[in-house]
Amino acid sequence: MCGIVGIYLKSKKFEKSLGGMLSKMLVSMESRGPDSAGFAIYKSDKNKIYKYSICLNDMSFEKFKNEIKKKVKLTNVEKNSDHVILKSVEKPYKILPILEDFSTISLVGYGKSIEIFKQVGSPSNVVKKFNLDNFSGTHAIGHTRMATESAITTDGSHPYSTGEDECLVHNGSLSNHNNLRRKLKKNGSKFSSDNDTEVAAGYISDSLKKRNLKQTLNKGLSDLDGFYTFIAGTHSGFAVLRDEIACKPAVIAETKDYVAISSEFQAMAHLPNVNNAKIFEPEPGIVYSWGE
Amino acid sequence: MILDLKKLKLRSVNEKLQNIDHKKNKREFVISNPEGNHAVCAGLTENIDVTIKGHVGYYCAGMNQNANIIVDGNVGTGVAENMMSGKVHVKGNASQSAGATAHGGTLIIDGDASSRCGISMKGIDIIVKGSVGHMSAFMAQSGNLVVCGDAGEALGDSLYETDIYVKGKVKSLGADCEEKKMSKKHKTKLKELLKKAGSNIKPEQFKRYGSARKLYNFNIDNVSNY
Repeated sequence: MCGIVGIYLKSKKFEKSLGGMLSKMLVSMESRGPDSAGFAIYKSDKNKIYKYSICLNDMSFEKFKNEIKKKVKLTNVEKNSDHVILKSVEKPYKILPILEDFSTISLVGYGKSIEIFKQVGSPSNVVKKFNLDNFSGTHAIGHTRMATESAITTDGSHPYSTGEDECLVHNGSLSNHNNLRRKLKKNGSKFSSDNDTEVAAGYISDSLKKRNLKQTLNKGLSDLDGFYTFIAGTHSGFAVLRDEIACKPAVIAETKDYVAISSEFQAMAHLPNVNNAKIFEPEPGIVYSWGE
Repeated sequence: MILDLKKLKLRSVNEKLQNIDHKKNKREFVISNPEGNHAVCAGLTENIDVTIKGHVGYYCAGMNQNANIIVDGNVGTGVAENMMSGKVHVKGNASQSAGATAHGGTLIIDGDASSRCGISMKGIDIIVKGSVGHMSAFMAQSGNLVVCGDAGEALGDSLYETDIYVKGKVKSLGADCEEKKMSKKHKTKLKELLKKAGSNIKPEQFKRYGSARKLYNFNIDNVSNY
């Protein structure tokens, strides 16, 4: 099972309501994934500041704030439930090792535009907890998880982000993730869980160094073995891919203002003007991409 | 009678349509705001007309008997699955496994149907005005599948006695499926099926595919095809 949802805005019309749109989509996919939920939302990045999305786990916000202040030249630390968005002018190569020293926290993503929030619990609780309805942005991706191959934890929740402004959600299961993880580790990739999707995310990040998102996913068709519908996001790109057998569902609705994708149409039934949208099922083995 | 799924529960709408007193009740119904719900109009048994205004989710009109159901929108996985009789007309596109395992009745899809259309069909007539995806008519046992557009990979894999008619290109044929001669009998049947779907395309424009009947019984020479 698992439910996946995503919206890519083609015009500015719905930027302010993006969070609200995604929130309803996630909640309606609760039946496909009641164990945990998460979302990545891309905001415009005029000020060129890096944002680090961090799950505090058991650490208190005050303690984290005090400790990080000693180590990093800060612009801002914003608390959102048990997550923190750390904003800094410092580049990732300086910040990432500092964050690694905090053994109890988890870095869930970083970049100039991406913010990621994910947690165990029902999708309706998760979106409420992080106030998703109040978010604005340019594109967003979400996931509701029915855990199968690894535990119900924050680390096991989607989206996975393994590179700057990159993220991936996945409905399905990969069968060659252990081999692929070993190969990617040799090339310097790092993984924080045993999850198969994290490996696909790492594969995409590794490939994006040389290719664009569309080329990367096309190559993934031969390198990733298993069942999948993927939604991948980058700084300005958004793409969808189903494996060639197409066991996992997906439906796309496209209007002049947005592209929306979800596992089932009912997740999109509330979207503005959706009944006049072009609605189609992405064909197996074909990469659909927008932006970039 | 209009049944609004924004105001009524899906279960109560289905219960109402499943328990029609054919002496008293009206026979025409409109379902509004289906909003992608699953199992809309599943298990109807009476000869009634239902029009669904909008897109629906999985298993719409499943197990249908006698009812005439029109979907003015797209349908999700398994529309008219295991239909016994009656008619289901989808004005938009259909997702995978349309008409799966259905024993009878007619399924008309104005748009495209995706993969596994007519999988294990057992007597239904399916007419798709657009194209069908991969593995369509997989293990299909009887009935007719008419495709006015193209067919995807492995059409009619492990086919029994369903007749498949395709007007456009077939990407590839599945194991034990082959092109067959179109006799007068088949042209007459196809013309009748196209007429049911309101299409006046000439039967001569289609090719017929059927079972080569080589996989019916185990034969060691065919082991790689099983």
